[in-house]
Amino acid sequence: MLIRYFAWVRERVGLDQETVDLPPSVETVADVIAWLQTVDDAHGHAFADADAIRAALDQVHVETDAAIAGAREIAFFPPMTGG
Amino acid sequence: MSPRLVVRVQPEDFDPAREAALLTDGRTDVGALVTFTGLCRDESGRLAALELEHFPGMAEAQLTRIAEEALVRWPLTGLVVLHRHGRIAPGENIVFVAAASSHRQAAFEAADFLMDFLKSRAPFWKKEIPVSGVGGDWVDARDSDEARLARW
Repeated sequence: MLIRYFAWVRERVGLDQETVDLPPSVETVADVIAWLQTVDDAHGHAFADADAIRAALDQVHVETDAAIAGAREIAFFPPMTGG
Repeated sequence: MSPRLVVRVQPEDFDPAREAALLTDGRTDVGALVTFTGLCRDESGRLAALELEHFPGMAEAQLTRIAEEALVRWPLTGLVVLHRHGRIAPGENIVFVAAASSHRQAAFEAADFLMDFLKSRAPFWKKEIPVSGVGGDWVDARDSDEARLARW
């Protein structure tokens, strides 16, 4: 699974994207966040406050209870501040 | 004539008058044209620039989805939605929205709707680059921006 990071999530993780092998038990976006929290200190810092994280599956905004089955990529980022 | 829709995400600056003319050139059915230009302010001299990060692909797609929703909700003759990314200095343009219609109410409301959704539903993130050159903070999303969406 391709995972992409933006804004301060990207800065804290230290990568703009990475490809990971998710265990079969990871079924939802929230599961991915919980899994990423355990990867290392940088990921743990980036995902410490899960409520502050927004997500997109294949470039469409989703809630964290969304199932990831069939998705090619997941993106994580803070609440958007455009305009 | 069918409505015109222009959506662009670009690093370059733009000319608001020229962008607005995209909605009126060659048409005689436009009775109202509302434009909004968002600029980078210097925050009382504290800010050297904004660095605008975006999600390429999703940004264009999301702006298009928001604009298409406006075309469904209001009887418009056209929309322009333009958002810059990259480094933007105080005084420069960041965002532009134009809504054209036969009558003013639809144009006013559509422009307002577009800006509300663009601020918290389009994948752009602002970082403040201070004059001091030290650090730089990501701009926090405001609860008030989120609350504005409930109006629609």
